[in-house]
Amino acid sequence: MSEIKTEFYKQNAAKAIKDPVLQHALFDVQNRLGPATALAYKNLPEGMALRQKAHEIRQFAINHLDILLETLVQKIRDRGGKVYFAKDAADATAYCLKIAKENQVKMVVKGKSMVTEEIGLNKILESNQIEVNETDLGEYIIQLAGETPSHIIAPAIHKTRKEVAQLFTQKLGIPYCEDPPVLTQAARKALRKKFLAADMGLSGCNLACAETGHITTVSNEGNIRMSTTMPKVHMAFMGMERVVARLEDHDALFRLLSRGAAAQNMAGYVSYIGGPRTEDQLDGPDQFHLVILDNGRSRILADPKFREILLCIRCAACLNVCPAYGKIGGHAYGYPYSGPIGAVITPLFVGINRAKDLCCGEPLCGACKNACPVDIDLPRMLLALRAKLADGDPKWGVTRANSMEKIAFQIWSLVIQNRKVYDLALKTGSLIQNLLPKKNGMITTMPFVFKGWTQSRDIKPLARVSFLTQWKNRENKP
Amino acid sequence: MKSAPLAHHSYNMGSIIIKRELAVMDKNKPVTLFIQCLVDSLYPEVGQAMVHLFERLNIQVDIPLEQTCCGQPAFNSGYRREATTAAKRFIEIFESADIIVCPSGSCVDMVKHQYPGLFKDGSLWQKRAKAVSAKIFELSQYFVDVLGVEDVGASFNGRVTYHDSCHLLRNLGVADQPRKLIANVRGIHLVEMKDAEKCCGFGGTFSVKYPDISTAILEEKVDKIIATGADAVIGCDISCLMNIQGMLNRRNSPIKALHIAQILAGF
Repeated sequence: MSEIKTEFYKQNAAKAIKDPVLQHALFDVQNRLGPATALAYKNLPEGMALRQKAHEIRQFAINHLDILLETLVQKIRDRGGKVYFAKDAADATAYCLKIAKENQVKMVVKGKSMVTEEIGLNKILESNQIEVNETDLGEYIIQLAGETPSHIIAPAIHKTRKEVAQLFTQKLGIPYCEDPPVLTQAARKALRKKFLAADMGLSGCNLACAETGHITTVSNEGNIRMSTTMPKVHMAFMGMERVVARLEDHDALFRLLSRGAAAQNMAGYVSYIGGPRTEDQLDGPDQFHLVILDNGRSRILADPKFREILLCIRCAACLNVCPAYGKIGGHAYGYPYSGPIGAVITPLFVGINRAKDLCCGEPLCGACKNACPVDIDLPRMLLALRAKLADGDPKWGVTRANSMEKIAFQIWSLVIQNRKVYDLALKTGSLIQNLLPKKNGMITTMPFVFKGWTQSRDIKPLARVSFLTQWKNRENKP
Repeated sequence: MKSAPLAHHSYNMGSIIIKRELAVMDKNKPVTLFIQCLVDSLYPEVGQAMVHLFERLNIQVDIPLEQTCCGQPAFNSGYRREATTAAKRFIEIFESADIIVCPSGSCVDMVKHQYPGLFKDGSLWQKRAKAVSAKIFELSQYFVDVLGVEDVGASFNGRVTYHDSCHLLRNLGVADQPRKLIANVRGIHLVEMKDAEKCCGFGGTFSVKYPDISTAILEEKVDKIIATGADAVIGCDISCLMNIQGMLNRRNSPIKALHIAQILAGF
């Protein structure tokens, strides 16, 4: 299980906002990818409508998940692949460890995979004396630095060129150099040795296909193809929702995935894997294992309000447009999934109370929904999560997050039901505000729950006479 | 004075196929105004501007005196029971209106898109909510889409920039309507800011519960407004403008934050 630090959202967000290097990196990634992805969608021959088609494809798959998984699994088993259904993180990592031990694995190479982050696989393997090598360049950098990904597809965006140069000098023993091609070559050289020596390759799965019984991996560096074909054993991890019915469904989804992730028409490497190497094949692993992970997904599937989140294909397009992510970065979310997708899915995985700041801590601007390649209504689910926190929900084990706020809104709902009472409340407010300090006619310091507002902004005081009262007075004039 | 050319504004409309209910409206029928609570209590001058504008165009207005709030603050914070109380009251007050106009995109979005979901499917309340939601329009949307009016005969001497508020833009699909109205104001020069469609960081109670994040988002917005060299930033939602104005004032900036009604009313 990955470490959960969702309780520190506010503190970590504040820290991130004060980090000028991170701010620059976040601005850059959003400025580069946000508009480019929007343009890439617009330039699709099918236009934006392809997103609805993709939504339907994914919705259909999620609605028929049982049949699709069964079909997928049968086909993989028929080809000699092993499939393991893991109910949670501990189950999945234990299986991986068991297979690794059976094969006397000393070293693994790994393609980028969010699911393995979710289950905290690296730590488990390392504590069992198995060397783990991340092979995606960004993941490799943060592994060398001993950090965690801060972006779903660009895990090392928080690191500057200078930091990477220092890191490589220190860890790879190369002369100090800030030139990206030189640094990339150094990583390539170091990783090549690992690819050749590894006993086991680990990967995620971007999307599986029931019709043909294969999993698909997508990358731009070719590292996943090497991780999955060179070692004797390949183990792939997939969230149980990552399957679609037909091969032709992949067409729309991969075109959208690449556009959502990196504003590309198609990623550099797309591999279809359906089992171990057959006898007449020279390359490929002798063993192929597919771990299908539940880890809370069945529970989400069972709730019609949140089922839609399982449509997600983890492209990170929502991160690239989210104003909150753009300021606080990925680490503030305290779990591998960040940005709008993290704000919805992490509370559902780790506990809604525990991750309450994730679903309450953004302005609900809706940019994520427009950026999503499968048109997921993220704002709707953020609101649904907030509703659970407001009044509690035993089904999800949620308790009311803030009783004082509840009382405040109860009082508010009484006040707004009667215009006379409402006017009286406004009047009282306008008297109290006379005591508050002002500048240019605006209040500079607000008390109580409102003090956060005046941390950085002033506010206009309540009008002496409300508009409705002004109107009433005007109408009453003869 | 020549009016400014309308900047070509492209934005990501997303997948929503926005149906503008272009019901054939009788211009002579009175318009019922829903005055957003923030306008009522903090910015009555915006309400006055609206009234002035409608009177200048010879459109009769009706303003129910018992109105208060649409319930959005409660809804966005998750308090659906309390929001439902507000919604029921709103429906009772406004369901007899022929057409409802409101100077706020997010309140219109609340009534239009969130009210029906507050009630049980197929219930009478839901039917009533849907009936009300079909006849509510945001101010600029009402002028341009319903009345077909793009020039309201206003003048304003100065350089302005326009901020797209989130729910107005993304949930109601309103982007060109206010720009058309602004472009036709005599003497005005409209300059687009960078990322006009990006959130200002208000987000209702978010702004007080997560002030650090809200502030960081707002800083960027205010920087982009200042970079245009505009005399005023115009918006269709007073909540965003209140947020923006709050920081402009804190930074001692002379830039004014004005609601579109104030520009269109000509004062």
